[in-house]
This record gives sequence, structure tokens and C-alpha cells, in this order.
Amino acid sequence: MTIPGVVGILVLTAAIIALAKPVGSYLYAVYDGPRTWLEPVMGPLERRLYRWTGVDSKHEMRWTEYVFALLIFNLVGFIALYILLRIQSVLPFNPQHLPDLGPHLSFNTAVSFMTNTNWQAYSGEATMSYFSQDMLMIQQVLSPITGLCMAVAFIRGFSRKNADTLGNFWVDLTRTLLFVALPVLLISALVLVAMGTPDTLLPYAHVTTLQGGHQLIARGPVGAFESAMQFGDNGGGFFNVNAGHPFESPGAASLIFQMMIGVSIPVGLTYYFGKAVGDTRQGWTILAAMMAMFVAGVFILYHAEVATNPLLAQLGLHGPNLEGIDWRFGPALSSFFETLTTAVSWGSTAAANDSLMPLGGMIPLFNMMSGEVIIGAWGVGLLGMLAFAIMAVFLAGLMVGRTPEYLGKKIQAFEIKMAVLAMIVPTFVILGLAAWAVSSKGGLAGIFNPGPHGLSEILYAFASGVGNNGSAFGGLGAALPFYTWTVGLAMLFGRFAMYIPALAIAGSLARKQTVPAGAGTFPTHGATFAVLLIAVVVIVGALTFFPALALGPLAEHFQLWSGHVIGGGK
Amino acid sequence: MIRHTWTAVRLFVLMAILAGFIYPAIVLGISQLTMAYQANGSLVHYHGRVVGAKMIGQSFTSPKFFHGRPSAADYNAAASTASNLGPSNPALVKEVKASLALVLKQNPGLRASQVPMDLVTSSDSGLDPNISPQAAYLQVPRVARANGLPVSVVRALVTRNIHGRFLGLYGEPRLNVLELNLALVSLVKSNGS
Amino acid sequence: MAVASPTGRVAAGIPLSVAVRESFRKLSPRSMVLNPVMFVVEIGSVFTSVDAVRYVIQGHTSLFSFTGQISIWLWLTVLFANFAEALAEGRGQAQAAALRSTRTDTVAKRIAGGRSARIEEVVASQLRAGDRVVVEAGDTVPSDGTVVEGTAAIDESPITGESAPVIRSAGSDADAVTGGTRVISDRIVVEITANPGETFLDRMIALIESAVRQKTPNEIALAILLAGLTLIFLVVVITIQPFAVYSGHAASITILIALLVCLIPTTIGGLMSAIGISGMNRLLRRNVLAMSGRAIEAAGDVNVILLDKTGTLTMGNRMAVEFLPSPGVNAGVLAEAALLSSMADETPEGRSVVELARSQFNVPNPDTGGAEFHEFSAETRMSGVDIHGRVVRKGAVDTVTAFVKDQGGSIPEEFIHREVQRIGSQGGTPLLVAEGDRILGAIHLKDVVKPGIRDRIVSLRDAGIKTVMITGDNPVTAATIAREVGVDDFVAEAKPETKLEYIRREQAEGYLVAMVGDGTNDAPALAQADVAVAMSSGTQAAREAGNMVDLESNPTKLIDIIEIGKQILITRGAMTTFSVANDVAKYFAIIPAMFVVIYPGLRALNIMGLTSPESAVLSAVIFNALIIPALIPLAMRGVAYKPKGAAAVLRNNLLIYGLGGLALPFVGIKLIDVVVTALHLVSLHA
Repeated sequence: MTIPGVVGILVLTAAIIALAKPVGSYLYAVYDGPRTWLEPVMGPLERRLYRWTGVDSKHEMRWTEYVFALLIFNLVGFIALYILLRIQSVLPFNPQHLPDLGPHLSFNTAVSFMTNTNWQAYSGEATMSYFSQDMLMIQQVLSPITGLCMAVAFIRGFSRKNADTLGNFWVDLTRTLLFVALPVLLISALVLVAMGTPDTLLPYAHVTTLQGGHQLIARGPVGAFESAMQFGDNGGGFFNVNAGHPFESPGAASLIFQMMIGVSIPVGLTYYFGKAVGDTRQGWTILAAMMAMFVAGVFILYHAEVATNPLLAQLGLHGPNLEGIDWRFGPALSSFFETLTTAVSWGSTAAANDSLMPLGGMIPLFNMMSGEVIIGAWGVGLLGMLAFAIMAVFLAGLMVGRTPEYLGKKIQAFEIKMAVLAMIVPTFVILGLAAWAVSSKGGLAGIFNPGPHGLSEILYAFASGVGNNGSAFGGLGAALPFYTWTVGLAMLFGRFAMYIPALAIAGSLARKQTVPAGAGTFPTHGATFAVLLIAVVVIVGALTFFPALALGPLAEHFQLWSGHVIGGGK
Repeated sequence: MIRHTWTAVRLFVLMAILAGFIYPAIVLGISQLTMAYQANGSLVHYHGRVVGAKMIGQSFTSPKFFHGRPSAADYNAAASTASNLGPSNPALVKEVKASLALVLKQNPGLRASQVPMDLVTSSDSGLDPNISPQAAYLQVPRVARANGLPVSVVRALVTRNIHGRFLGLYGEPRLNVLELNLALVSLVKSNGS
Repeated sequence: MAVASPTGRVAAGIPLSVAVRESFRKLSPRSMVLNPVMFVVEIGSVFTSVDAVRYVIQGHTSLFSFTGQISIWLWLTVLFANFAEALAEGRGQAQAAALRSTRTDTVAKRIAGGRSARIEEVVASQLRAGDRVVVEAGDTVPSDGTVVEGTAAIDESPITGESAPVIRSAGSDADAVTGGTRVISDRIVVEITANPGETFLDRMIALIESAVRQKTPNEIALAILLAGLTLIFLVVVITIQPFAVYSGHAASITILIALLVCLIPTTIGGLMSAIGISGMNRLLRRNVLAMSGRAIEAAGDVNVILLDKTGTLTMGNRMAVEFLPSPGVNAGVLAEAALLSSMADETPEGRSVVELARSQFNVPNPDTGGAEFHEFSAETRMSGVDIHGRVVRKGAVDTVTAFVKDQGGSIPEEFIHREVQRIGSQGGTPLLVAEGDRILGAIHLKDVVKPGIRDRIVSLRDAGIKTVMITGDNPVTAATIAREVGVDDFVAEAKPETKLEYIRREQAEGYLVAMVGDGTNDAPALAQADVAVAMSSGTQAAREAGNMVDLESNPTKLIDIIEIGKQILITRGAMTTFSVANDVAKYFAIIPAMFVVIYPGLRALNIMGLTSPESAVLSAVIFNALIIPALIPLAMRGVAYKPKGAAAVLRNNLLIYGLGGLALPFVGIKLIDVVVTALHLVSLHA
């Protein structure tokens, strides 16, 4: 580890934390405050949208109605995207004359972009026309918004009492698009272009290289796309290698800018949460727990990456692991980015995760297995973290001698039932589908790296799917029908089987009376609770996935470092 | 419920127009009008012809040029990819071994321990335009010899072309191989004339 | 508690041999299925046992030895959990049996309908609500009822264990009688309020017996979580096999089952019902009968408690604390006169005057020969004595002033005004003492705060509970006493409906309110309160409205109840946390043991340095089994609760049960491994 590397990591972490309050305060103004400074521009547009679409902005929805509206909106997006991908060849803006997508890939991709996973079983520049990229971008704008709506509704479960309703989905959706998404997208797209990201409708460039060879350079309307993909924590790259592509991230500055916009909403949401429930310490505590786990992850990954791979050391080489890492980022920034984009349910990559050292690759994997609660994308991470907080309160809360309560809401059988359901889903999906994959021909066919690393690839795919992350151990044959369907299922379960129970909890909590906090109440702010929360996230995650990890990354690590040749595997 | 479905369809269409047409159109318009160079891919011209894009690596194999990193994509800028080889994969060892042998062969007199990792491992994008100063310096004797230039001049060229870390903290000190080779070509030209 | 109650007496429970027999009987799947966690262990034990038998038939001696021993310990795990439950249930059953023995089939003297007032003898079990019965000295009260005529001394010891008889009289707040108690003196007419099978005693027995079956809301939620965890671990363990096969070597079924049992929360799963039952038993031992487990849980959650001033916070009666002589009067003279006037006053107030005069002024016992005592009466509102020509009187300010004026004496207006005001402002009551036509001075009677009550109020505050004093006193007096006792709030000049209003107001803000009540006019408030303790001496209406009954009728018991409620929750939480935290060490024992065949490098995970894969797995299973009986005493006794702020309690318990739960099994499994190794119980081949 180098000094600039370590200092750089700490400075970036501080910068991320510094985003929380301004962004959170702005979100508060959008959802609960009287008005934002964008009101004169967006206000009339907002009212016009309601009028054109028949939305009654005063109408309050119960949680079931809220979920229905959300699902139907997602379904419309899914159907639209699926159809357009299937008929790409007859649609405009296709200078490379790329053909239609098949049903497997169209299903997988449509699910992937609807669920904010942005798992890409295809290579962008070789598969998608400019028009299809634009359709994908629409989902990259809209699907994170639906995630944020879920979190806002969930938080209302805590901030309201004796209430039946959680707000109006159409209003939350519209306000998020107009007041949060579009303004930031526009500015950040232009910043990205200024830093070197192309934005053009010209076809790919044919060039004769300096040496005299021929090079075809893919380009396109990347700026607008990149902005949407990163601000919304989508990570569905324009190009195959995602943010690692020099056009997507021409340099460290561009990558850092992308990190900052991507992490802004999730981090700001913690502050928003505190403000909405009337105690900002609650939000800071959650953020502290998140950032502590995050920084630990970055340093473990970074530490693993700077060690010389023992197999390469045998060749007389020494130096950090640079396989799959672009030199303009180097090990430190790559470690930071890979940890961040899996801590956030984001999935953009600037390095080849498949080529990370075993323990290095385990960090993104564990981030996703623990439910991507460490920071989380638009809404869904905080939602998961609050579900963990409910668990923590329930497990340990009894120890203060009161029945468990969180933020004044009693945690009872119904909440636990739903939280358990949300917790069981990732376990069942990741372990169940991975077990299926390693026992079936179709699954085994996709494995690229042999031995324990192959298991890691499979675990990573389903963890990424269920966590709606979208990053991958890229060697896996994700385009095989087995994986397009199973990962597609994982994404659907990850999004809906986890977050519908979460909203059910919110609906139930909103109905409850709030018990005011006193000296006898379980304190859910401060260092003790932050440590407890971290312990619950890490222990629950570790307990669930330890055996699988032991046969994947841990086995690979110990075999590699104890001088054993890689045995086993198929 | 029907009402909500109808609302969903209408709202989706309107939002798709906002997010999918109006927003990218504004970005495209402003970019093309004010930042056409970047917006079209930062293409590099040399003597009136396009020789590449500034941040896209390209293949250099001739001993007269500085070489970039091995590329899993073979520097095909329409099919970016990483090798995705895992750290314990024997195939990785094989590839690195081959790259190392090539480097050692092209730059005689080097020992493996002097070869930096970036020169024998493939990048994430397969289009990495950069190499480390160490990787550039070790090619100086070869490049100087092949171009008939004094080693000191080439070494100075390398030193001039090193870019530092962003804010002194982020990324690694690096050289853009295309930029370096363009400077080299100019140097050769000016020396020759 | 000085008196051994029937419940307390048998709390020692059933003999161990019975509990052991019970734990085997509970192995029946029908009873095991009620506890999913332990049911999974039982199924696992069956599997490994079958395997063990298979090995012995096939002649794999070493495999048999290992699998056999694992099976034994798995069965023991189930048995230990059953034993804990049987032990706790046994206590309840013994209590129920003791109570049932008091339910004798008495004969009741029922007053036949109509005006004839004819008395007919019927069996008690035929009495229905609304019947009237006559109960005379020596009779057993046949069923629950309300005294509608007469007053009687009643021996309630068969129910409460209190040997001192209590007075029950018609029209008072103490008019309820319980079936099974005995009238010692006098004759009363009782209107029966309970139908057969619904009496207090019936319900009490049913309650104790059913303690096992009823789960509290929190227990239900916890059971869901434990079932969820069990399901998760089931999937975790089942999916290990395909992963292991992929990696090159299938895992042993025995070890997979061992891992599953170690991972699922057997500790809390095995002890949960014991914690609940023994908590209820602890309440019973303090002679509090909770009508539902929900009420006990609510007790832990209480934020506000309403305490009646008189009898709860202060001694029931006012005590003389000070003699205030009139100007020009010697304090000794006043004390002597006061003593004289109280010689025949048997009320506690009178006793306290005598006490004070003796202790402060060493007034000797006067010769009371030939004295004529005037007892306090409603007309005179004074008491006193005429002796040796002296006329001494003490009484309320206005009556004594009137008496002195009558005698032609003069009144020290300024003195009286000043002192009366001062005493009043201190929450006391002034009495004047006069001899002949002279006012000698005043006695300061004061509410005396019960010893130790202040500390308990402080500890309640530390635990985040607000105490509210309810009193009929005027606000000035109430404020003074409130300050002295240290309560957070008080309600002065309280009328019966004031309590109800106060409770409603607090509840509207989300607080849980506890109160104690006895009279019929307390019933609405009792019904409204979240935790309502009715005195068993109270009226039937109050008892119906409360969700707990205090058999000893000791109002401060509410504080004990809250502490027991908290203790149950803490114990449950501590064991859950401990159980889950334990898993980490078990993984480090079993995972390397399981996979070291496939990847020798994983030996690095054997951080405990366990001898061999077999010894590691066996040690983890033994630890997992032994921890259950090791924790039975704690489950039965409950984790100690010290009233402190929640933050401090949490930090403490997290350190002990969270961190301790992480660390202890590392030590425990290592020690067991040392023993297993020394005894060569299994293959020690690494």
C-alpha cells in the first residue's frame, strides 16, 4: 500500500461523508419541505404532468396500493424495453446495423434494467444500437427512482403514527424525476463530456494507427448515458468493460466524479432518514456503521491487491496484482471503486473483478451477499440496512428489558415475519441457484476459471443478481441460457421478494403508535448501536455464506498462499 | 386498479420522453456545440489523418515504438474486454509467462525482477492507453537503438511525458503510450531532418 | 417475603427423576413439533443414529464410533432442552396441584329466592352468579363473591399464604371474598359473582397449568425469527453438499447434520419456554398472579406508573413528628398534655403522639387512675381525658379553638395562623392541644414516607420510568410529599375519574401505564391501564378489571412486577444473542474439519488448533449440547436486572452475552477437544 493510496482512500471517504448533509437536506426539501429552489422551473411541469396523467396528488395510498402502483409502473417499463430490444433492427439510430436481440437476452436485459440491476449478459458496443442504448438509459433513469420511492415510503412508516397510508407513488415518482434526477443528470453529463467522454451520434470511427494498423473505435451518446448509469447507481455500461473503458472514465478525476454523483443519493438518504424521523443522530449512526464497514472493505481489498500473486512471484515478478486493472486508476483507486460499487447496489466496474486476488474478490462478493446494505443504491440499501436495524433491535433489544422497539415503533411478530422473509430470499436464491448451477451441465458450462474460483464466479453472479448489483466476475458465461434465466429470476426475487415485505413492514409501522424515547428505551444512535449494527450485518452475512465462501475465495486464498497447487474443481 | 395501470402507461411515456429524448438531446446539443472535440471521441490527428483516440490504447509491436500493456481485446476498440483470468488460474500464469518472455526478448539484458507488473498483465478495458514510468524506462534502450537516437534523449522524452497522480493522490504516475510515441515520431523527424 | 405461600412452598418443584422421565416422554414427535428448532435436532439425531447402525452392520468400526458418539450428543441436546422445559413446567404443575388441594367441595348455605329468606344447603359447585349465600364463622367461602351484608374476619391463607386474617365488609372497598378462604368470625351474606369453573381459584389453576402452552407476543415473534434462522441454516447446510461435490469431495452426512445442529439456535430454542415459565413462577413466588403472559411482558415496557400516595408511598397513617408549643408554653408541658390526651387513643395517629412524647421528652407514663377518657367521636371531633381536675383535649384546629373559647380562654391567633400555615405547606396536618382554657400548642402530624421508597423511585427513574403520585390532598400538600418521595409528577385532589383521564392522556402520547387499584371506582382505570394490578383484598370489580392480582395486597409490588417483567425480556434477549454469537466459533471448528480433505490450505482456518477433523466436530457438538444444561440455572433465575439507563444495560449485556457469546465457545470447544483427545474418543488422525 502506498501513502498516496491510503491518504487518497481516507480523503475520498471523508468527501463521501461530507455529501450526506447537503444532499439529505435537499431530499428533505423535495419530499417533506415546503419547496426547493427548482420550484419555479419544475413546479409548472410537475402540475402539468399530473393533469395529463390523471394523478390526484392529494390522494394518499396504503402500502398495498403503493406497491401495486410501483409494480405496474415497473411492468410497463419492462414490457416496453423487451419489445424494443426484440425489434432493434427496424428501429432508427442503428449506424452499425446491429441485429435484434433474442428472447433470452431480451428477457434478461429487460429484467435487469427494470430492477436497477443492470447486469449485462451482452457486450454493449457489439450488441446495442444507439436507440436501444437510449431505451436502456430511460430505465437507468426511472428504475432507481422507483427504488428511492420505496425508501421514502418506508421511512414514512417510521415518521408517521396511527396512519394508514405511506404517500402517493405517482407524486414521489414525479417529484424525484423532476427535482432530483433530471437536473443532476444534465449537469453531470456535461461535466463528463468535458472530461473526455464522447457524446455523439456519429458511427464508430475507423482509424489507421500510428504503427499503420487498423482500429475501429466504438463511440456514441456516451455522456448522457454514463451520467444516468452512474448517478442512478445502475452501472449498466455503454461499453462492455463498463467504467473501465477509457471513454467512460478517461481518468482518475472522471472516475472520482462518477463515484461522487453515484454515492450522493444513497449517502444523503441516511441524513434524510434522520431528518424525517426527527432525530438526525439516527441517520448519522446508520451512516457511521455503513462507512466503517465500507472503509474496512476497501482496505482489505487494497491490501489483497498490492501483494504479489505467489504464482507470478515464482516467475521472478513482483508488484501488485494488475491483471484486469487499468493503470490510470491503479490498485488503490480500483480497490476503492470496486468496493464502493458493490457496497452501493451499483455494479459499475472499473476493474475486472474476476481477476482480483481471492480475498480482494471476496470483498465485493461479501458486500453483495450481506444485502448491499453497506451503503446501498437509491433507496434499497437504506431499506435493507433498516431491516437489519430491526433485526439488531429485535435480537439485542430485549436485553434492555423492554420488548423491542425501533424509533418508537414496537417490533412485533408481523414485522419479524416480513424481515425474516426479506432475509431468507437472498440466502435461498444465492445458495440455491448456485447449488443448482454447480450440479447442472448448463451451469458448469459457464465457468471460466477452474477450481474454487469457478465457484466464486457462480456465487458472484447470483449475489449480483439478487442484490440488483449488476457487476460480475466477467469470465462467467452470462449469456448462456442457463444464466440469462436464473440470473433473471434472481434479479426479480432480489427486487420484489425483498422489498415488498419491506413495504409491508412500513405499512404496519405507520399504523402503530409511536412510543416516545426515554432513559429506558433502547438507544439506536451512538457508537454502541453502530457497533451492534455492524456485528449483525457481518455475522448474519458471514454465518449464512461462510461455508460457500470457504469453498470459494477462502479456499483459493489459502491454497494460493500455502503453496498448494489448485486441486479439485471441474 | 385499471386507473393506476392507465396512469402508469401515460406517466411512463411522458417520463420516457423527458428522460430518453429531451435530456439526451440537450446533452448532445450542448456537447456538440461547445465541446465537439471531446464529444466525438478526442480523436488525434497526425499530419492530417486520424491516428487514434487520445485515451484509447492502440497496439504497438514494432521495436521502434514504445509498447503498451498486453491486451485481452487485442486493442480492438469496438470489443473492449478484460482477460477475466483468476489469480489462481494456470492460464494466467501461462499468459504472464509468455508476455514476460516477450518483454525479456525484446529488451535484452533485463531480469524478470526488473519488469513491472503492468507490462506483463492485461488491463481491464483491454484498451489501457497508459504504462508506468518504469515500463517506459525499460524500453528506452530498445527504442533508442531502433530509432538511432541517443538513449539520454529518449530517456528525457519519457521523463517529459510522465503524468502525475490526480491531486497528487489518485491513480498512478503514468505515460500515455500514443502521446509518447507521437512525441517520439516528432523527435525522430526533427532529428532526421 | 416472610410467609411461605403455598405457591412459594412448592416452588422447589418436582423431583429431578420426574423431570428426567418427562424429558424422555417429550421426545414424541407430536410434542417436539411445537418447537421447530429442537424438532430439527431430533430429526438430525434420527438420521445419524440410523447411519451409526448402518456402519456397525457394515463393520466400519471407526466410522461407527464417530457417528455413534455424535448421535449420542445430538440426542442429549434434545433431552437437555426437554429437561429444562420439564423442570420449569414441573414447578408450575406442583403449584397447581397445591392450589387444587384447597378446592374442597364445600357445602354452601344458599338463601332461597323470594322473601322467605329460607336457607338451603347446596354443593358449592352448583352455585351460580347472582346466588346469595350465608357464610358463618368456621365456614369456607364456597365461591367468589361480594359481601353484601355484614363484616367478617377472613383467613385467606389457603390462597395467599398470608396468615394474618383480613377484614371484609359490605359496602367497603374491601368487599370481595374468594372461594376457598375461611371465615373466622362473624356472619356475612355473600353474593356469588362467578359461575362454576370461572372462579378465581379455577382460573389460577388453569393459568399455572397452561403456562406452557400460551406464548406471549414477543415469544411468538422470537419463535418466528428462530424458525427463520433454522430455515436459513437448513438451506446453508443442504447447499454445502453440491458445492463440496463440485470442489471434488462430498461431505459426510454426519458432519453436515452436526454442523446444522450447531448452527441453528438450539440454546435459546431449548430454553425459551423455560425462561417464560420460570418468569411466571417468579411472579407467583411473590404472590402475584398474572392473568396473561402479555401482561408480564407489558410490565417490562411500562413507561409510567401511577402510585397511590397513601399506603403505597407513605405509611397509611399520619404520624406526629413535632410539638409546637404556644408562646410562653414549655415544650415539655405540651408533650405531657399531648401524651395524656392520647393515652386512650388507639389509632396509629394517637400511638405516634405517645411515641413522640416518650422518645423526645422522656415523659413518664402518667398515672391514669380515676381518669375519664373521651374518645374521638364524629360530634366532638376531639379526644382527651379528664384527670385529677385537668381537662386535656386534642383535635382539629377549629374544634379545639371553639372548645377553648367555650371555656372562656383566649386564642393565640397569630401563633395558630402561622403554625397551621407552615405545617400545611409541609404537607402535614396540625392538631391543637388545649388544657382548660389554654391552648398549649400544636402537634405536627405528617405523612411518613415508607422507608426505602425514595431509592426505588430513583431506580425507576434510572430505568426510564416516570412515577406519578395520586392523592386526594390539596396541591400544596401533594407537592410537598411528591418532592419528599421524589416522584416525577403528582395528581392532587384526585377524584376516581382523574386516574382514568391521566392514563388516557399518557397512552395517547404512546406511553404504557401501570397502576394498582383496589376499589370499585378504580375499575375503569384498571381496565384502561396497560398493566393493572388489582389487590386481592379489593372489590370483585377491581379484580376483574386488572390483568394481575396481587395476593398479598401490597401496593409497592408493582415495582417488583416491572422488574420481573424486564428480567424475563433481558434473559430471553441475552440467550438469543448468546446463541447466535456462539455460531461463529462453531464454524471455525467444523468448516476446516469438513473441507481440509479437499483444500489442505483451509487448515489455516483451524484457529483453535483442534486435534483432528473428527475431534473438532465432536467437540463442537458436545459444547453445543452442554451449554443448554449449563444455562438452565440462569434461565430459571433470570439475568440479574439492575435498574439503570437502557444504554448502560445494553452495553453491559452486549459485552457479557454478545462478546462473551463470541469468545466463550472458542475456549469451551478447545477445552473439550483437549479432553476428547486425551481420552482418544475419536480418530485423532489429522
